[in-house]
Order: sequence, then C-alpha cells, then structure tokens
Amino acid sequence: MFVSLVKRPERSQWMVYLSPVIALAMTLVSGIILFQLMGVESGKALYAFFVEPITHKYGWAELGVKATPLILIGVALSVGFRANVWNIGAEGQLTLGAICGGGVALFFYGVDSVFVLPLMMVGGILGGMMWAAIPAFLRTRFNANEILTSLMLTYVATLLLSVLVHGPWRDPDGFNFPESRIFSDSATLPVIWAGTRLHLGWIITIAVVAAVWVLMSKTIVGFQVKVVGQAPLAGRHAGFSVNRVIWFSLLLGGAMAGLAGLFEVSGPIGQLLPVISPGYGFTAIIVAFVGRLHPVGVFFAGLLLALSYLGGESAQITMNLPLAVTGVFQGMLLFFLLACDVLIAYQFRLNMTRGAKYG
Amino acid sequence: MESAFGALSKTMPHDQTRMMPPLLQLQGMTKSFPGVLANEAVDLEVMEGEIHALLGENGAGKSTLVKMIYGILKPDAGVMSWKNAPVNIQNPAVARALGIVMVFQHFSLFDSMSVLENIALGVERGTDKSELENRIVEISNRYGLPLDPGRHVYTLSVGERQRIEIIRCLLQNPKLLVMDEPTSVLTPQEVTKLFETLNRLSEEGVAILYISHKLNEIKALCRKATILRNGKVVASVEVESETPQSLAAKMMGEALQAPSARHHRKAGEVRLEIDGLHNTATDQFSISLKDIRLKVQSGEIVGIAGVAGNGQDELLRAINGEEMCQPADAIQINHQPCANQGPNQRRGLGMASIPEERLGYGAVPAMNLLQNTLLTAFQRLGLVKAGFVDNRRCKSFCLGILESFNVTSSGVLAEAGSLSGGNLQKFIVGREINQTPSVLVVSQPTWGVDAGAAQTIHHALHKLAENGTAILVISQDLDELMGLCDRIAAICSGTLTRAAPVSEITIEQIGMMMAGIENPGTEKSQDVCQPG
Repeated sequence: MFVSLVKRPERSQWMVYLSPVIALAMTLVSGIILFQLMGVESGKALYAFFVEPITHKYGWAELGVKATPLILIGVALSVGFRANVWNIGAEGQLTLGAICGGGVALFFYGVDSVFVLPLMMVGGILGGMMWAAIPAFLRTRFNANEILTSLMLTYVATLLLSVLVHGPWRDPDGFNFPESRIFSDSATLPVIWAGTRLHLGWIITIAVVAAVWVLMSKTIVGFQVKVVGQAPLAGRHAGFSVNRVIWFSLLLGGAMAGLAGLFEVSGPIGQLLPVISPGYGFTAIIVAFVGRLHPVGVFFAGLLLALSYLGGESAQITMNLPLAVTGVFQGMLLFFLLACDVLIAYQFRLNMTRGAKYG
Repeated sequence: MESAFGALSKTMPHDQTRMMPPLLQLQGMTKSFPGVLANEAVDLEVMEGEIHALLGENGAGKSTLVKMIYGILKPDAGVMSWKNAPVNIQNPAVARALGIVMVFQHFSLFDSMSVLENIALGVERGTDKSELENRIVEISNRYGLPLDPGRHVYTLSVGERQRIEIIRCLLQNPKLLVMDEPTSVLTPQEVTKLFETLNRLSEEGVAILYISHKLNEIKALCRKATILRNGKVVASVEVESETPQSLAAKMMGEALQAPSARHHRKAGEVRLEIDGLHNTATDQFSISLKDIRLKVQSGEIVGIAGVAGNGQDELLRAINGEEMCQPADAIQINHQPCANQGPNQRRGLGMASIPEERLGYGAVPAMNLLQNTLLTAFQRLGLVKAGFVDNRRCKSFCLGILESFNVTSSGVLAEAGSLSGGNLQKFIVGREINQTPSVLVVSQPTWGVDAGAAQTIHHALHKLAENGTAILVISQDLDELMGLCDRIAAICSGTLTRAAPVSEITIEQIGMMMAGIENPGTEKSQDVCQPG
C-alpha cells in the first residue's frame, strides 16, 4: 500500500479555499518544531508572535498601518497575476512612489495648503506607474520577461533613493544623517484614530479593494484580464489585446505600489530615509496568493501577513528572538501554500495491493 | 459476443488463420477514467497478416484500447494473450519487445533534424549511422516509402513525415503494427500510397490494427472490423459482407439522416469578398498567404479543402481580424473594407467566426458558459453598458443557445471545460449562429465531435445559409465539405484555388487541388504542397 497523487476530474473548489488554511496550520506546526529546536518555549513564543501584538488598541491600529501597503499592493498585483503578468518589482515601484511623492512634499516644504497631499498622492502614483512602465514597454516591445526586468529595477530604485537622501535631498539641519527633512504638517497623512498611527491610507486602501472587486467581477475590463490570463488565444479571438492587458496590469500594480510607498513616507515615517519598506512589495506577492487573487481574500491575507511583521517585532522584544523569524514565517507560509495548491488539481489516493497485477 | 466472434473467424477464407492461434487476443479489457468508462469488457482477436479495423466514433474508446495494447495505459481488468500465451504489457518497451509497434496520430519528430537523425534517436545507442541509413533506404524501397534520409523534417509534407514514423516502426521487424487514424492528415493520393504499403506488409505476415472512423477506407483496406461504441464492442464483422451504410449504422447505433437538401438556397449579393489578400508569415513555421481571391454570396456555403498546415489557420485569422493586414480593401465584409481592422470591428460589420480549437481558443475552459457567451457576443449583442456587463441579457442569450442547440450541460454556470467535445462545439457554434451574422467563417466545424452533434451543426449551418448568411467552411473532411457546400476551393502552401461548384467536381479532383498539382480554372500552380 502506498500513496499516489492522482489528477482530479475537475479542480476542487473546496481546496482553493482550504489550501491557505492548511498552509497556515502547517506553518504553525513547523513554527512549534522550530521553536522547540531553538530551545524556546513554543507556546509562549507563538503567543508573543500571533496574539500579543493585538491584545491592545495600539496593536490593532498598527495592524492596519502594516496591512495598508500589503493590501494595497497585493490587490493590484492580484489583477496582474490573473492576467499572467508577473510583476515582481512592486518594491521598486513603491520606492519610486515614495521618491516622487516625497519629492513633491520636499518641493512644497513649508507650504501650508490642502492641495499638497493630493499632489503628493498623484506624484506617488505617477512615480510607481513610470517605474512599472519600463517592464511593460520592454515586454510588449521586445518580449523581455517582466519577472526579470521588474525585479532588477527594484535594486535600481532603492539605490536611487539612497543617492537622493545621501545627496541633494539630505536634511540641511540633519547633522549629515542620510535623511530628508521631516515633512511639514500639510504633507503628512491625517491620523484617523486618535492616539495611534493609523492614517487616511487605510480608508483609501479599503476603497481600492472595493473598486478592484467591482472591476474584476462586473466589468468588461476585468473580464478581459481574466480571459487573457487563462487563455491568450481565446482573448485574441475575442478581440482583446494582450499588450493592452499587459500595460494595464503593470501600470495598475505600479500605481498602487507607488501610492503605498507615498503612504509610508507621508504617514508612519514622515520623511525620506534610505530604507522605507521592510519588503512590503515582496510580501505583497505572498498576500496576493494567500488571498487567492481575490480582493476580499487579499484583504484578510494582508492582515495576516501584517500580523507576521508585528509578531516578529513583539517576539524580538519579549522573547529575544531574532527578527528573521518574520521572514521565516512568511517564507514557510508561501512554501506550504504552493505545496497545498497542488491538491486543487490533484488528490491523494491510497493504492491497495490490487494494482500490483499490472503495476 | 464472443461466440459470434468465434463463429465468424471460422469462416475466414484464408487457410493459415484456421490453424494458427490469434497473434493477439484480448478478453474483457476494461479501463475507466474519472467519470467515464472508456472500455468495458472489450474482446478482440487479431490474426497474423490480418488488416483488422478498429472502428468507432470519436470517444468510442478506440485510442484507450490501443494504448493498453501498447502499454501506455494499464487496464483495470482483462487478459491479453500473445500467440496464446498471457502477457502483461507494462510499458511500450515490453510491447516493442513482443513486436508490437505503433504509429500515432500526432508525430513525435524534431523539425530541425534530418530524417536519419530522427530515426537514430529511436534506435539503440551505438548503432552505426551508415548502416542505419542503408537499412532505411532498403526498407523505403521495399515498401514503397520514398524518403531521403538526409532531408530535414521541416521540409517534408505530412505524408512524408508519417513515412518516417512507419519506417521507424518497420526497423524493429514488427509482428503487429497499430495505426491510429493514419489518414486524417493525408491527401487522397497519399492515402492510396499508404494502403499499398500496408497491403505489402500484410502479405509478409505483419498484422495491422487500423483505427479509423472512415468507412470507405475500411472497406478498401480491411478484412475484419471490430466496432466499438461507448466503450463496448457492438459488432465484430467481415468487412466484405458489409456496406458503408451498414457499418455506419453499427458505429453510430441509430439511423443516419440524409444530408439536408441544399436546393432551398438562393445565392444573393456578395457578403464576403477577399481580393488579393497577402499576409507574410511571422515565423518559419507559419504559412504566408499569397494573393487570396474569393467571394462568398449571401445564402451560399463555400468550402475550403486542404491538408492541415497549408495556411488554413492563417486564412481564418486574416478573415476574422485576429491578424490585420493591408490594404484595407483586401477584405470586404458587406462591401466595407476591413482588412486593417480587429475582430470586434469586423463583428460590428456582421462577421462571426468559429476556430478549429475549442478549448482555450473558441472557449475558455475554466470559465462558465455565461462568461464564454460574453467572450465573442458582448459587442454584437450589446451585453456591455458603460464598461459593466449586463448579466441578465447575457444569461437569457446563453440559455437561448443551450436550448436551440440542445447543449447538454449542468446549466449556464457549467465550466466550458466540463462539457463534452460535441456539446462544447454545439455551444460555440450556437453562440455565433444565434448572433445572426451575415458572414460566418468556420474552421473544422465537426472536428472530433460525435455524430449527433455533427448532424445538429450541419443542419444549423444549412439553415443559416437558407436565411441568407454567407458561410465559409474550412475543413479537412472532404465528405463534410461535399455534403455542406455549394462551391469548394482548396488551399495549398498559402495559395487558394478557384472555388468550383460541387456538382462539377469529384473527390479526386479536389485531392489534386489539395496537393497543388492541378488548379482547375486558373493558371497552373508550380508549388508543391508543403504543410507548415
């Protein structure tokens, strides 16, 4: 008797939603084993990681702060992933959004006007779109793989930010620290929950989630994205342009990543620093997949992954665990998710001795 | 069934078969796949030197059965005997060791390698190349399979490519040669040549299991036939005592309706006009269209015959707008120049098209029927308002298709991929026809569908033409074209012949046109037909 993988007659809809749950459970089990091996009391560690961060009001607000960029980027990436457009460089687009939006803030430094913040958002969106337009152009013009181009541009973007804050945009009163001036009040996102850092970006993010949901389920544009992703030849037959879908999904991803970057620098950070994101652009890829590429799923997956960031910090503070635990948990979650996704199209079957005659 | 089979084999006219045990004997072969019983207790006997037909419609279980014989699939139950000894054919290597070889419907050849190199890949390592070349030449001479070992595969016609596969098999001194629908890609002349080779092999004692659903071929070639329907043997007969009609009746299990008469139709004004269409191939494996000229009138069905890969796909894409070209008036739909416009603009002018491939081209497999309705109907039927999909109208149109074309499905939310080939094709054909196009271009309308669905589709096409639509049918099935069309042209190497009225043309003439040898009506073509 042995176990074999057999293709299901049709894809299991159950497994589509069960897979993230199983993956999460396996991540927790592996986490327990990992903590045991490290000689850490696993119950306490898991509590510190997953529960402690949200035992107080401030923790819930922080969850929203961390989830804002993850959900915003994840929901836009999920559109591209549905179209088979693999934008892996959201981190770079986020950085360009922060640079362009932050640049607007620095340009209007000291100007007290209600128009500064909207202008910064436009700058952030345009910056992200510009960065995403490069892989889009290379893909549609030269058929260059957008996975590689978008990923490589990420490193260009972070270096560009570094050059700017070390050089021209360095705070003149900042004792030579590689930091920009702290944005004026008019360039800072208003806090929506007094006493916390939860900002306006959270509301906008929820609105974007709703908008993408409508886009994907009710409009012909969302339909085109899905058709081109699933069956490009059918898309061509229907008269949908593959190139237009590539441009659309990359620009949407770039725009939302850029907006997320702007939210970071004009919200929780309040200035430009050499490093402005703990890898939100990459973690958003996990968010998109754990959320099954569906806006509502992405919303909850964003909260889950945001918790992993908070949990990492909390475990570091209370248990003295290394911050790398965050990355390990995120990685394991994606790893198990991809493994469990095999069960959507396949199932386990126990083979009894009957098959031996022909086996 | 078995006793009838035994009784029949005793009446065999050849002496040798009376004394010898069957070369291959199958008893109670059963194989199921998730949701379908592909073979149910199938019995089969093949004698040495016998050309035995395995006859059945698409989906009757022929391929499943031979895959078990060749060791690709494992039977769920059943016994196989080889010269009276039970055998367990676990994999193709075991089958080849016994002397069973198979020529598949789809070839596995490397286009950029020579004939010799392709064959060398299949033989044991260390075989001397020049010796192999000598054997190839010897076999090709002996069996009338002319083939130059030095030529590259991409320069060969489909018929020549098939010869490589056959020679590859013959190098192994086979006892049983299994051929899966070998003639579906050949011209009539190539078929005749193939049959000569097979008869020669049979005389030398090689048994041939010949899979087909083409009755005329089986009449011409085979001595015995085993007929499958829905995975079961329904009859095992002497071909001589059968007519094509009686074979068809056994194969389909119901009386066939005569093709509907086409004299109700009246050709009206020109709906589709193609005048000097050129389209340069985008890569080395596609075909350039050369100076295509064709007019299709309202109420008329025009057929385009041709061996696969001679520009049919390119022509379909050029007409339906998937490929745009210049000048604009090279293609006119209802007198509107549109060669430089995309599919939806042409749909706006009254065009609809049905590609050959259903899954992933005509329909998106993982999407439901509502979404697949939207795919090509959203524009002509106004199913989208201000960017938003009008689900109510989409649903009523979709239900209309399911009803009028008798599509068996679990409803509008069934995934397209869950439908059987015939039902999905009926859905796709219905989706286009129910948009009442004034021009319909359809490729291989009944490829791989069951007889019932084929009949529904043919009937719908006739009716659409009666109502004044200009229809262009691209097909490799000559019987289908002869039954459907008013005029037939042939395409060869991207060149289209003049369309000749069906009443003035024979199958043989069409065969010549398909091979690019004769071009009735216009100047002689020098091209030798090369599929892509």
